Amino acid sequence: MSNNIKIKVKNYGFYYGKIKVLSDITMDIEQNTITAIIGPSGCGKSTFIRTFNRMNDLIANSKVTGEVSVDGINIYKNNVDVVELRKKVGMVFQRPNPFPKTIYDNIAYGPRLHARYSKQKLEHIVEDSLKKAALWDEVKNKLHTNALELSGGQQQRLCIARVLAVNSEIILMDEPASSLDPISTQKIEDLIDELKENYTIIIVTHNMQQAARISQKTAFLLTEKIDEPARLIEYDDTNKIFTNPGDKRTENYITGRFG
Amino acid sequence: MKRKNLIQKFWNYLLLFITLIVVVFVLGIIIYLIVKGLPALSWEFITQKPEAGMRGGGIFPAILGTLYLIIGTIIFSLPVGIFAALYLNEYASKNRLTRIIRLSIVNVSGVPSVVFGLFGLGFFVILLKFGKSILAGSLTLALLILPVIITASEEALKTVPDSYRQASLALGATKWQTVIKVILPQALPGIVTGSVIGIGRAAGETAPIIFTVAAFSQPNLPNSVFSQVMALPYHLYVLATQVPNAPENIQWGTALVLLLLVLFFTIAGTVIRTRARLRKVNL
Ligand SMILES: Nc1ncnc2c1ncn2[C@@H]1O[C@H](COP(=O)(O)OP(=O)(O)OP(=O)(O)O)[C@@H](O)[C@H]1O
Ligand SMILES: [Mg+2]
Repeated sequence: MSNNIKIKVKNYGFYYGKIKVLSDITMDIEQNTITAIIGPSGCGKSTFIRTFNRMNDLIANSKVTGEVSVDGINIYKNNVDVVELRKKVGMVFQRPNPFPKTIYDNIAYGPRLHARYSKQKLEHIVEDSLKKAALWDEVKNKLHTNALELSGGQQQRLCIARVLAVNSEIILMDEPASSLDPISTQKIEDLIDELKENYTIIIVTHNMQQAARISQKTAFLLTEKIDEPARLIEYDDTNKIFTNPGDKRTENYITGRFG
Repeated sequence: MKRKNLIQKFWNYLLLFITLIVVVFVLGIIIYLIVKGLPALSWEFITQKPEAGMRGGGIFPAILGTLYLIIGTIIFSLPVGIFAALYLNEYASKNRLTRIIRLSIVNVSGVPSVVFGLFGLGFFVILLKFGKSILAGSLTLALLILPVIITASEEALKTVPDSYRQASLALGATKWQTVIKVILPQALPGIVTGSVIGIGRAAGETAPIIFTVAAFSQPNLPNSVFSQVMALPYHLYVLATQVPNAPENIQWGTALVLLLLVLFFTIAGTVIRTRARLRKVNL
């Protein structure tokens, strides 16, 4: 596995209005690696992951301090094209959110935004993305039915395929399996594991076993006192975090003593 | 316990009774209109010009005039209303300016329609020199129903789940692409329904068109947007007040045609909404 740094976070902090929810986060995220972000509810995991594709821009009065660089470019510099950034950094949400369009049009949505493809090329992209998302066999005969007819697990794989279709390099996943049954969860986990060959993946999860199963790196966020921002307590190889954590607070959390 | 039940029953029946009164009146008016107006309806009545000083013939010019006004009103009000709603709901941040805009919209919808008529006369007819014309009348009616369309459109836009917006933006869509490709298609049935019902109502208004477009009698059919036209509501008013001895059945016939026209729009709007709902359920 290469150890190239894909994302650099330096002295990062985040404010909702005047309230600081994240502070002093510095970490390097490696390419083609699955990085899990864990921490108790409300500590700012979603806020943090939404930093990487600047989805937090949508929230009025929010503010980012410090630096977040993707491929060496600070994405919060003024001249950064957010559209280009979001092409490169795709996102899968907690609840599957396919558009109320056909399966085909869902996958083709991203490519159609960014370029004019011939019909054959587009069909190829759709098939390819669905295959990568391990959904092709289940839907190849009904590409033109509405995506909302799929099961929850299928919908979530569709959402992953939708991201793959725009040639992202980084995929953000905010508890992608938390609304799914165990079998669908298993499928998503297998899929994520396969995707790391070609993508850099950051996944938020509540589920400690899941973090341990699928990630190579784990970051633990924690709000120590009420009204204080959350900080990065420990960031290391997943193996180490779960077998031999370097911080007492991490140990308490993963052994379930709070959170 | 028993007492409570009794009181509960009393209120139930009272509310039912009040509702029935409303229904009875509405049905009564419609039935009365049909009984009185139906005998006048004929192919000639809706395809011929008035004759014998409006005491005979048909009302074709008034029907045509009203249709032109409806088309003009749609052309002016629908795009403006939809864009305004898009601005308010999708683009504008919630600040004092948007609060003032919303308040103005609410206030405008409370302005009596005759005031719109006078405004149309002063602004479109005289100041902009459109004269009494389809153009001036359509613009005046458009202003009148703009609040309805903006409100209906905003309601429709609010029903589009945020998760669609987020999904689209996260795929690298611009805001505008998101609006065009995801939000509008979802909201359109609701927008059209609300607007169509509003437009139907505007078609029945007299006050806004008296000063801006309506002709007492217009022997020639209109040939440009600067022509005056006859219109159903105004024609009805004329028949009832300006033409001595106008045959009753012509008056009732005119009223019935107007009602059917408005009803047509209301039903069309409802059908669009129901079909869109069914489609959503069937997904
Ligand atoms: N739009 C917002 N405006 C203001 N405060 C917010 C907003 N979104 C989240 N917060 C606050 O920021 C903090 C972090 O929220 P966030 O959703 O990032 O936590 P989380 O770790 O993802 O929680 P969970 O595990 O429950 O999903 C919380 O205290 C939350 O109340
Ligand atoms: Mg969250």
